[in-house]
Amino acid sequence: MSSSKSLLVGGYEVVIGFETHAQLATQSKIFSRAPTAFGAEPNTQACAVDLALPGTLPVMNQAAVELAIRLGLALGSHIAEQSVFARKNYFYPDLPKGYQISQFEIPVVQGGEVSFFLGDEKKTVRLVRAHLEEDAGKSLHEDFIGQSGIDLNRAGTPLLEIVTEPDIRSSAEAVAYAKELHKIVTWIGICDGNMQEGSFRCDANVSVRKPGAPLGTRREIKNLNSFKFMQQAIDYEVRWQIEQIEDGHAIQQATVLFDPDTGETRAMRTKEDAADYRYFPDPDLPPLVIGRDWVEQVKAGMPELPRTMAERLVRDYGLPEYDATTLTQSPAMAAYFETAAKTSGQAKLVSNWIMGEVSRRLNAEEGDIAAAPVSAAQLAAVIARIADGTVSNNAAKQVFDALWSGEGSEVDAVIEAKGLKQMNDSGALEKIIDEVMAANADMVEQFRAGKDKAFNALVGQAMKASKGKANPQQVNDLLRQKLG
Amino acid sequence: MSLTQSDIGRIANLARLELSGAQSETMLTQLNGFFDIVEQMNAVDTTGVEPLAHPTAVIDHVSLRLRPDVASEPNDREANQKSAPAVERGLFLVPKVIE
Amino acid sequence: MNELHTLGVSELASAIADKKTSSVEAAQHLLARAKQHSGLGAYLSFNEEATLAQARAADARIAAGERAPLLGVPLAHKDIFVTKDFATTAGSRMLAGYQSPFDATVVQRLAAQGAVTLGKLNCDEFAMGGSNENSAFGAVRNPWDTARVPGGSSGGSAVAVAARLAPAVTGTDTGGSIRQPASFCGITGIKPTYGRCSRYGMVAFASSLDQAGPMARSAADCAVLLSAMAGPDIDRDSTSLDHPAEDYTVLLGQPREGATAAQPLKGLRIGLPKEFFGEGCAPDVIATVRAALAEYEKLGATLVEVSLPRTELSIPVYYVIAPAEASSNLSRFDGVKFGHRAAKYDDLTDMYKKSRSEGFGPEVQRRIMIGTYVLSHGYYDAYYLQAQKIRRLIAQDFQAAFAQCDLIAGPVAPTVAWKLGEKSNDPVANYLADIYTLSTSLAGLPGMSVPAGFGAGGLPVGLQLVGNYFQEGPLLQAAHAFQQATDWHTRAPQGY
Repeated sequence: MSSSKSLLVGGYEVVIGFETHAQLATQSKIFSRAPTAFGAEPNTQACAVDLALPGTLPVMNQAAVELAIRLGLALGSHIAEQSVFARKNYFYPDLPKGYQISQFEIPVVQGGEVSFFLGDEKKTVRLVRAHLEEDAGKSLHEDFIGQSGIDLNRAGTPLLEIVTEPDIRSSAEAVAYAKELHKIVTWIGICDGNMQEGSFRCDANVSVRKPGAPLGTRREIKNLNSFKFMQQAIDYEVRWQIEQIEDGHAIQQATVLFDPDTGETRAMRTKEDAADYRYFPDPDLPPLVIGRDWVEQVKAGMPELPRTMAERLVRDYGLPEYDATTLTQSPAMAAYFETAAKTSGQAKLVSNWIMGEVSRRLNAEEGDIAAAPVSAAQLAAVIARIADGTVSNNAAKQVFDALWSGEGSEVDAVIEAKGLKQMNDSGALEKIIDEVMAANADMVEQFRAGKDKAFNALVGQAMKASKGKANPQQVNDLLRQKLG
Repeated sequence: MSLTQSDIGRIANLARLELSGAQSETMLTQLNGFFDIVEQMNAVDTTGVEPLAHPTAVIDHVSLRLRPDVASEPNDREANQKSAPAVERGLFLVPKVIE
Repeated sequence: MNELHTLGVSELASAIADKKTSSVEAAQHLLARAKQHSGLGAYLSFNEEATLAQARAADARIAAGERAPLLGVPLAHKDIFVTKDFATTAGSRMLAGYQSPFDATVVQRLAAQGAVTLGKLNCDEFAMGGSNENSAFGAVRNPWDTARVPGGSSGGSAVAVAARLAPAVTGTDTGGSIRQPASFCGITGIKPTYGRCSRYGMVAFASSLDQAGPMARSAADCAVLLSAMAGPDIDRDSTSLDHPAEDYTVLLGQPREGATAAQPLKGLRIGLPKEFFGEGCAPDVIATVRAALAEYEKLGATLVEVSLPRTELSIPVYYVIAPAEASSNLSRFDGVKFGHRAAKYDDLTDMYKKSRSEGFGPEVQRRIMIGTYVLSHGYYDAYYLQAQKIRRLIAQDFQAAFAQCDLIAGPVAPTVAWKLGEKSNDPVANYLADIYTLSTSLAGLPGMSVPAGFGAGGLPVGLQLVGNYFQEGPLLQAAHAFQQATDWHTRAPQGY
């Protein structure tokens, strides 16, 4: 958390803390047995418990706890042996009980950290805590005049609220943190990460101060649901706060919303009784006890984490950090890479092809690598043929196209069928080069006279004469030899 | 500890209750009478005593039971909304929520 | 055969099983009687069609040869329990017209045993009160003297039993709401160990204190009901204890281990807290209770003096914790999903305020205010937290006392029933009258009220018996032994 001078904005240091609400990927709600699937008709997934009908009581979902344990393990946190559920009391139409069951003094996950790269620099953001709580319902305003329609399907969906220390020092760092956290929660399978559906919601607490000064008053930007708007929103808020301070106004604590249309943050209607939530332990729920056995069991079932795997790829395959980070964006992509790299023995080439040809096609088709038409084994086979000189890079792309479109499935068969074999025979190549040199004596003269461009022209001629099949590297070498 | 009218106003607001002037007066007197008795608690030394949130915890280990993650509640919207004051197209209607 | 309403639960069950009468006949008889005595205000609602359908189903089961202790027996439920086929109001305007889509677990369990629901019983609003004068639908009258309160909050329940409008009923007890009206109305009632009965379907008042329990004319009948009502509700109530269901009738009539038939309670040490027998208790009550205890000595029990030093403190402790939990539990009544919504309001906040202020009566509003205050910022530590700590000390006091005795006994309330209206302007006076029952609830212990005789004005006085955790069986056994040797519990108010 060094205060890099280069990060100052108008002379002010930016201090950001993040709160992320991750919806946990369970079948049923945290305290009821209603389903959690997205997109159902209003109030068809809100049972009596979710609606807070008189006489209803909460019963805890085991899977929600297990997913919290997974996150704690992934972030190196302490998992509380005993944690307590507390009621957070306030009135709002999307909060059926008039209180939210959350955790206050003793959360299930305590401490931990998230590390990531911002450019070349490694950053670590410390976590304060992560706690379990229930989501609220939704208010719909569009179709009603002067009224709102309340849908309680979402009420009771399990959430993990993940809170950081105010360690973040720039909007770029905030986005990088959010992206890394997003990667982790989806990687370990606790959250589907669908930000459009509200599965991963971020709030940024932003304040500014002169370096060395005490923390400034923060304002909270709520519901940042896209990485793009996240950076914009924070940048605007920082500039706004600085302007206010420079104009002699004190910053008032407030909750703000970002308007993507105007690019501005705007304070929400302030509630007079600012936050007296009257937390107290929920008498309907005894303390949550998590034994060491359970934690060990969960640990044994955890996949290798993305950061660990990235470090391993750098170490074992000699890949650059950037490649390793990109390849570990999902378990499926990392597995694809490793299979292809091990099979072909050409880690860097495989990495280039995945980040290039494969990703390009996947993005265009909005597909997932798990369903890519070209398997890792097939990619390895193509790359093996590049490495052993059978085909040139360009020819390989044609082979790949054929495999992707389903034209063929066997690499060698496709090479044969399309006649893409590279000409590697020195004898044959020498013959062609001799002919080209003889036919282009003027270019030879120009090269010998000092015009380097003529060399490329000669190479071009040789390639043309070979109908593109000549091995370009060999042509280069042989031509140089002959030109002396 | 004596409450004031302003306390009554603040608490009523927190609790979303509306008290008339006369009701507030009465409430103030009654609550102050009540809190006179509550002051007795101050004299009790509770150093080192854990609060008792769940009564049988005095003799038993009380811990939260966990249920398997099964979505077994069917859609019972009609029955559940039987007593709703205002419903349209399955949504509960309320005065517009301003953010 | 005597008139149907004079029969207790077991007698009625036998009569029905032996075809001397039918469940339908019994239900019709009691429904007619309820209407005849509607002036008492015990019942809030009926659904005759549903009642008779249940009775017919029970008769069919009997015709098919089935036998069970509650099969075909009509009973009624305190209006705190939600019921699918009957309205539920919890005694409040806030829930006027409310139709629950599900039955409370306790109601389900009794119905599964073949019990038939006659209707819903009046109570103090949201179970808050000790006189049943806080019901939005009219006060309930004590059949022993209709100018007097029946006690509360399960006033309707107690009156239904005392006036023979039902052989048994369900009630709930948070700070004494089964025991005290049982005492005032001369009937038997038991609040089991906290967590013994499921709270699913009980409109919540104070979550860490509320318990369901039976009220009837005898400990034996209470035992039959409790056996059906109690037991774990793992799927729906996280505070429901994992202790297996028990048959509480097994010990009834059995002498204690090492005792004889002549002295069935030999070896039983009954602890008398000196704080329960002091100046605060009316002399007529003390005299009646002491006479009852003398009977216990004849049955072989020994009386021991014990101390519950924080008895008086239980009043502020309870009246901080219960309202705190209630203030939160009642936040769901916001006019959005169910319950009363005001007809006119300016905006959302106004809707909340008007709906809640119109829907809740004064006592409920008072307790919400107290509860909100003691949880609010800056006061939580001094009030709520301190109260929960003293609560542990109170529970420890009981454990210390139980080292010297098996049961604790004393009065249920400092006086007999008072006149309607006498205490309604003094809420705190009402709270003070709970002094002997609150600590049992705070500790989560099982407690009973057993008719012990009559005090001033010929009004009933109950003897309170408190057992250690999970001791409902021995508690009922001791009560039953007393009822075998005395006949207070058989007395009915004149004209009923």
